[in-house]
Amino acid sequence: MGLDFSVIPKYLDIVLLGALWTIAITVCAAVVSFFGGILLAVIALFAPALVRWPFRVFSFLFLGTPLLLQLFLIYFGLVQIGVDVPAFVAGVVGLGLHFVVYNSDLFQTSILAVDKGQIEAARTLGLSRWQALRKVVVPQAVRDVIPPIGNNMIALLKDSALVSVIGVSELTLSAQRAIGSTYRPFEFYVLVAAIYYIINLVMEAVLRRVERRIQASK
Amino acid sequence: MSQQKPFIDIRHAKKSFGTLEVLKDISLQVERGQIVAIIGPSGSGKSTLLRAINDLDPLTGGEIWLEDKQINKSLPHRQYEKHINEVRQEIGMVFQHFNLFPHLRVRENVTLAPKMLKGLSDAEANALAEEQLTKVGMIERIDYYPSQLSGGQKQRVAIARALAMKPKVMLFDEATSALDPELVEEVNLVMKRLAEEHMTMIIVTHEMGFAESVCDRVLFMDQGVVVEEGPPEVIFRNPKNERTQNFLRKHLAGHKA
Ligand SMILES: Nc1ncnc2c1ncn2[C@@H]1O[C@H](COP(=O)(O)OP(=O)(O)OP(=O)(O)O)[C@@H](O)[C@H]1O
Ligand SMILES: [Mg+2]
Repeated sequence: MGLDFSVIPKYLDIVLLGALWTIAITVCAAVVSFFGGILLAVIALFAPALVRWPFRVFSFLFLGTPLLLQLFLIYFGLVQIGVDVPAFVAGVVGLGLHFVVYNSDLFQTSILAVDKGQIEAARTLGLSRWQALRKVVVPQAVRDVIPPIGNNMIALLKDSALVSVIGVSELTLSAQRAIGSTYRPFEFYVLVAAIYYIINLVMEAVLRRVERRIQASK
Repeated sequence: MSQQKPFIDIRHAKKSFGTLEVLKDISLQVERGQIVAIIGPSGSGKSTLLRAINDLDPLTGGEIWLEDKQINKSLPHRQYEKHINEVRQEIGMVFQHFNLFPHLRVRENVTLAPKMLKGLSDAEANALAEEQLTKVGMIERIDYYPSQLSGGQKQRVAIARALAMKPKVMLFDEATSALDPELVEEVNLVMKRLAEEHMTMIIVTHEMGFAESVCDRVLFMDQGVVVEEGPPEVIFRNPKNERTQNFLRKHLAGHKA
């Protein structure tokens, strides 16, 4: 059986719809992981021990176990205890929380790297510790760590394929469905790879723009 | 002896970092509108004393009063935080390395604290920023980022930022010693103008000429004590203490070399 890309147009709408779901889940999980990462970093660094410890255990669990397992647990496990989470939400939460932990590590390092004089200057003006953190330290820390955070987001895009296992009709799953009807795995997987690659390029372009914007204020 | 309480009253200030005694029983009274220079060798505790005034380096003993308020009074943690944040609004501080907020434009550097702490509207805050930046001659750079400014310009913005809180006192910790020599004068001019407006100031400096021209009083500190204090013409021209004499001699020699 030779290659036959002519089967693609008929299924293109399914695949593109899958691409939209992939973009949606990536964007949502990225937002969760970005802001959640900042929050977790601040908690890990500054919260009282009693608050810090549960979060540390959480981080450990999310870093130390496979994402796939976490998705199963959130989607199939929670139903069992009466929490019925829609697959999309489960996917966003699972992916998002997993990357919250990675991002938090980056944010923690960059928060600690902000010059101590910055907090002092803010505090001498009368800002509270929390105000100084929010308006002076965290914005600088975030700014300094955008490139590696961006790399995490690209990793997140690729890992979003995993949510196919809990039945979210994203790009990979929709390709599998098309393959199921056509028996043309090579054609569709190549197509899907190309689409991932294009989304990736767009993300990198956005990232570079953001970095250039930030450069002005350095 | 006047009956009136001094504007700033530092009584028996002591500070140790671990076993290192950095301030050993320092007392200092500053009247409203007075300008005091603190000079002394490196490590003598000048910065520590200045930083104790707004509690960046809390004292381990003694009291600091601003008018009728004790700055370092003992309060439960939360109340103390609230108290000290209020006190700090009344005390402007200028650092050797400027410490401008690099992620904010000049305008926002100046408006950040007034907006957050005094609830100024955008329009009010902008007017305030323009007023203060005009005063330090930085109004044309209002939309620049700190990274786009020279050292002298940064320091002038830092002064405007502190002034925007309408402080009662300004503290300067070697405001010009990180600057290229040709940029020192523009900052000194701004400080002189403040002096003319009778801003109460405590100035830690290595610039004896400047100290002599603007200050009402000079303190010479060494190893955590005030060795000698008096009007600038006495301290600089006719110091009584041998340590002061030695310091000034070395310092002047250093400058000529
Ligand atoms: N946070 C700190 N922890 C430990 N020791 C400190 C700390 N800050 C200052 N010191 C020590 O306290 C002493 C006085 O320091 P300080 O910075 O007040 O001196 P200074 O008179 O301002 O000197 P310079 O002219 O070099 O600025 C020094 O021996 C210094 O090493
Ligand atoms: Mg110093």
